[in-house]
Amino acid sequence: MTGQATGDMAVSYSRQPSVRGRFFTAKRFVTPVLVVLVLGILLLWLSSLQLDSIERRTLNIDYIINRTREHLGLTIVASALVAVLAIPLGIALSRTRSKVVRGIVLGVANVGQATPAVGVIILLAIVWQTGYTTALMALVIYSFLPVLRNTLIGLQQVDESVRESARGMGMTPNQVLLHVELPLAVPVILAGLRTSLVFCVGVATIATFINAGGLGDMIVNGLKLQRYPVLITGAVLVACIALLIDWVAGIAEDLLRPRGT
Amino acid sequence: MPKTPDTAIIQIARNTSGARIVLDHVTKSYANQPVAAVEDFSMTAEPGELIMFVGPSGCGKTTTMKMINRIIEPTSGSISIDGRDVLSLNPHELRRHIGYVIQQIGLFPHMTIAENIAVVPKLLGWSKNAIGDRIDELLTTVELNPRDFAHRYPKQLSGGQQQRVGVARALAADPPVMLMDEPFGATDPITREKLQAEFLRLQDSLGKTIIFVTHDFDEAVRLGDRIAVLSDRSQIEQFDTPANILASPANDYVASFIGHGAAIKRLTLIPVTDAVLGPVSESSGGPITVCDTDTLRDALDSLVLTGLAALTVVDEARRPIGSISVDRISAVLGADVATPTVQASRP
Ligand SMILES: Nc1ncnc2c1ncn2[C@@H]1O[C@H](COP(=O)(O)OP(=O)(O)OP(=O)(O)O)[C@@H](O)[C@H]1O
Ligand SMILES: [Mg+2]
Repeated sequence: MTGQATGDMAVSYSRQPSVRGRFFTAKRFVTPVLVVLVLGILLLWLSSLQLDSIERRTLNIDYIINRTREHLGLTIVASALVAVLAIPLGIALSRTRSKVVRGIVLGVANVGQATPAVGVIILLAIVWQTGYTTALMALVIYSFLPVLRNTLIGLQQVDESVRESARGMGMTPNQVLLHVELPLAVPVILAGLRTSLVFCVGVATIATFINAGGLGDMIVNGLKLQRYPVLITGAVLVACIALLIDWVAGIAEDLLRPRGT
Repeated sequence: MPKTPDTAIIQIARNTSGARIVLDHVTKSYANQPVAAVEDFSMTAEPGELIMFVGPSGCGKTTTMKMINRIIEPTSGSISIDGRDVLSLNPHELRRHIGYVIQQIGLFPHMTIAENIAVVPKLLGWSKNAIGDRIDELLTTVELNPRDFAHRYPKQLSGGQQQRVGVARALAADPPVMLMDEPFGATDPITREKLQAEFLRLQDSLGKTIIFVTHDFDEAVRLGDRIAVLSDRSQIEQFDTPANILASPANDYVASFIGHGAAIKRLTLIPVTDAVLGPVSESSGGPITVCDTDTLRDALDSLVLTGLAALTVVDEARRPIGSISVDRISAVLGADVATPTVQASRP
């Protein structure tokens, strides 16, 4: 073949490879703009109200920041624990040939997720203790499955031909895992983590039932004392946090996805 | 990273241009499969030989080939490369010295072309500079401009370009043995022919021992030094040079595999100069001539095209050296038909 033929083929492709496409698209900014808008409206509305003493005790910046911090703390620590526990377990599961073992582990994880979170958290509080650690544990149990399942699926979906050529080139099983399977599974695993994080933000509201704080305090107090501004502020904040976390996780997914895929 | 590899592997690796492969009474039975996929298969591939496995789908070509690098472990029998029993070697070490191209190519999508090619050299602990040089060299060898292609991802290449990278990757550590499972299977006929021609040229300079699986008999004729025609359970029906198989198929199975037009296929293997050329005066001249580097198939093509009785054969300097006619082409075929009875019994 001649050099010219190579030249011909090259023209149909861009010289600067950019598999990832454009990173900053208009869509990227929808979420933060929306969140800012909603929070602005909330603030306007609250400032137009005459707050009574009960409302003033909760609707002040220190209180809100503390609750938010508790909420985020629970969410992030729980998700980090899930990542640290569920990803290795998923890898181990993908290595076993036994369908039975896999079925049992996935089954148990499924029970954790299918059981209503309120049930899990209250049950744990009864048999164990109330407080932060219990709430954390309940969150981990509840959001374990998406990461576990996605790790497993992520590894299994790697093209058999890619796996075989890795083996055929003389990689050991560990090298295949480290250099081929895991990098290619990253997007799927991250998607599982993202789901898990968003789950956690929502479910962390029930930590209030066992005195573990969080924005659930505002929602439950607002309901109990019939102070709707408090209730609504709590609910809107939780929703905004969930949206923002999902947004950040989405960006992370795009940045960490292996190039070329 | 490899610890100290066995000396046997080092010795295999040192021999970069062709090793002898011996398969001895090799059998593979898959679990819960009533019949063996490969049964009692014995064959010797000489150093530098390009051996083609041809046979219908499911006859066991792939299974036979994959036992050589132990992707599939034989049930019984022995396999050796340059006298060393592969079953006693560390399989990972072994595979780093056997080039491997699979039908689905299997490039790593998350690595650039350069990184794909660098995999085995890295496993072998080559230096960065040596790897970089090798990548450039190999991409140039397979006619891909390193500057254009080294940093692309597989997705940004056409199918034919990916096939080439697959071959380059298998050649990366200069292995003495290459296993290729329908490496040009996924390409259109034109690209395929081009890849075949390139591959032949490459093999001329490298002289690896190659096991090449295909179900395309024409590809086998075109590329192979020897062809093994396989039937069910990887039974060898005939193992010989393309010319001999075409001239005298061992049995009806082989004959039916060759299909129609065996004579024409044979002509592609014979240079014009093998014919007894007639005097230049036999040809009526004209602009269409046959070059002395052409095959008889090319000569026949031109004869049919022009409708002339004879054409002038010219040498590189385009000086007439003789003439060729259909009769003279037939004479060549007649001369090396070893067993005319088999030939005659075919439709
Ligand atoms: N993993 C497996 N388990 C059980 N049987 C198998 C397995 N792999 C292959 N076989 C069987 O072994 C036989 C030979 O298969 P093989 O893949 O070697 O055929 P092949 O000649 O390469 O065919 P093709 O041209 O279609 O690739 C087939 O009958 C196939 O069904
Ligand atoms: Mg096959």
